[in-house]
Amino acid sequence: MTVEDALLPPSAGPQDAQILPLGQDGILVRFALRAEPWATSAAQAFYDTARAAPLPHMREIVPSLTSVLFRFDATKITRAESARQIGELLSGRDWQAAMPQPAKRIWRIPAAFGGENGPDLEAAAKLAGLSPHAAIEMITSTPLRVLAIGFAPGQPYLGLLPQQWDLPRMQSLNPQVPKGAIAVAVRQLVLFSNASPTGWRQIARTGFAPFRPDAESAVPLRAGDALHLVPVSGDDLTGLLASGDPAGGAICEAQT
Amino acid sequence: MNGQILIRKAGPGLSVQDLGRVGQTHIGLSRGGAADRLALYEAAALLGLSAPIAAIEMAAIGGDFEVTQPTRIALTGAAMRASIDSHPVVWSASHLLQPGQILRIGAAMRGVYGYLSFAGGIEIMPRLGSRATHLSAGLGAALTAGARLPLGADNALETGARVLHCDNRFEGGTLRYISGPQTELFDTVTRARFDQTRFTRSPSGNRQGVALDFEDTKFPAQAPDGLASDFIQEGDIQMTGAGHPFVLLAECQTIGGYPRIGTVLDCDIPKIAQAPAGAPLRFTHVTLAEADRIAATQANLLQNLRRQTTDLIRDPRMIPDLLAYQLISGVTAGRDLEE
Repeated sequence: MTVEDALLPPSAGPQDAQILPLGQDGILVRFALRAEPWATSAAQAFYDTARAAPLPHMREIVPSLTSVLFRFDATKITRAESARQIGELLSGRDWQAAMPQPAKRIWRIPAAFGGENGPDLEAAAKLAGLSPHAAIEMITSTPLRVLAIGFAPGQPYLGLLPQQWDLPRMQSLNPQVPKGAIAVAVRQLVLFSNASPTGWRQIARTGFAPFRPDAESAVPLRAGDALHLVPVSGDDLTGLLASGDPAGGAICEAQT
Repeated sequence: MNGQILIRKAGPGLSVQDLGRVGQTHIGLSRGGAADRLALYEAAALLGLSAPIAAIEMAAIGGDFEVTQPTRIALTGAAMRASIDSHPVVWSASHLLQPGQILRIGAAMRGVYGYLSFAGGIEIMPRLGSRATHLSAGLGAALTAGARLPLGADNALETGARVLHCDNRFEGGTLRYISGPQTELFDTVTRARFDQTRFTRSPSGNRQGVALDFEDTKFPAQAPDGLASDFIQEGDIQMTGAGHPFVLLAECQTIGGYPRIGTVLDCDIPKIAQAPAGAPLRFTHVTLAEADRIAATQANLLQNLRRQTTDLIRDPRMIPDLLAYQLISGVTAGRDLEE
């Protein structure tokens, strides 16, 4: 079997995790092409497993929505041997039924919904078949996990929301949402690190800064953290933004 | 002793860049760093350094520079018109710059990114392990006229000027790429057509990536609705819109939703980063085994470049203070002889 074959199993069905190449020093384990709940759970659970495994020549192990990325040190280990070690970690477990470990930390982040802080709330709620009030209720009572950090530094993808939030991205781009904007699409929320154009609908805003380049911990959130959005009024958010607190009033509880 | 670099005039695309930040995918930060990393290796080879260091990257146009203490400099990457006190100086070479002299760097004659390196080093404080400006992440900022940068001491000032004859990577060409996680979302006909298409580098591009122009049919993927966003990286060839290729460069994002047909080899990135608008580009698929073999040849890049440098023979008429030079000497600093 050639290396190419080992990394691209031609017979792999849609239910199998695939071991795929990403660049010259990367191997991606992908559970599904779509962010289905089982695949999101499987990616988190496999990330927990991989992080706990003795893999001395992996420089990075990082989870995404439905995949886990391994970066190997090509001066110490071959691509084929890396793929073999990863395949060993994958074997012998039903990843479709896998559950991630309980979160080690729970964040509570104040967020103001609707109005100027969430100009697309009504439209998004309507697409989800809910009143704006019921939409806020559902989103703030859903236990969210940080599924991935990326796109921009520190920026979390949160999810998954109930099925009715499987909203498509907008046809035309929202030219600019502000730093701290919370936007929704495909059963996920994104909390923007910086002002950005986006095809997602902005439903809320927070004073929480996910990227603090000069702080000791530049990125406070970690993949796997649990997170609740706590609804506050627009005036409360204005106060939190004015205070200059990069946490925007958020608190983090460690779980023992 | 530490000095300063004074930026008297600045083109619009000047920034400090080194090899960037590896291992920061978990916080959503792409490697960033020089768009053409080879140019930093060339500078290290010319200056006799043990590893590449931070330099000033100049997109398309340079600026006017002074230093407060003598240092050797290296000019690498896209060749730009350059002079020291109005005397033209050779590109892809090292030179001595004295306090009071003005180093003037103009427009690129071919290629996109030129690099100005200082043997003493640009000693700004590293952030998250690197001195590289990452504009989209808000790390650092573009350099503007009036800026001052801390300059380290050059302890090998007496080392003679060197020149390096480098392969032309400034006019486009063929880029080798490997399969990636989404290659199989493109059918074999589309993939074959992609490898046969003659592209040109679009005028639209920056440190995050460059778009490609072409005349024929687009390159759509057979992706399912709601394709999950996944990891992306420098070199990835993503199909924006309904199949318009865009090659990601150093300052790209870390997660994206567009399907990608493959990843350009690290050692071919300079060719796409340096391709000027309109330059012809083609892609050729290589196997992972072939890519690994090519990567192995890059292992001793700095030593190999070092061996390719030669003494810069200058026209004595161009040397204003000829009598100040030690013209007969077999003495070197030693570092330039280590292999």
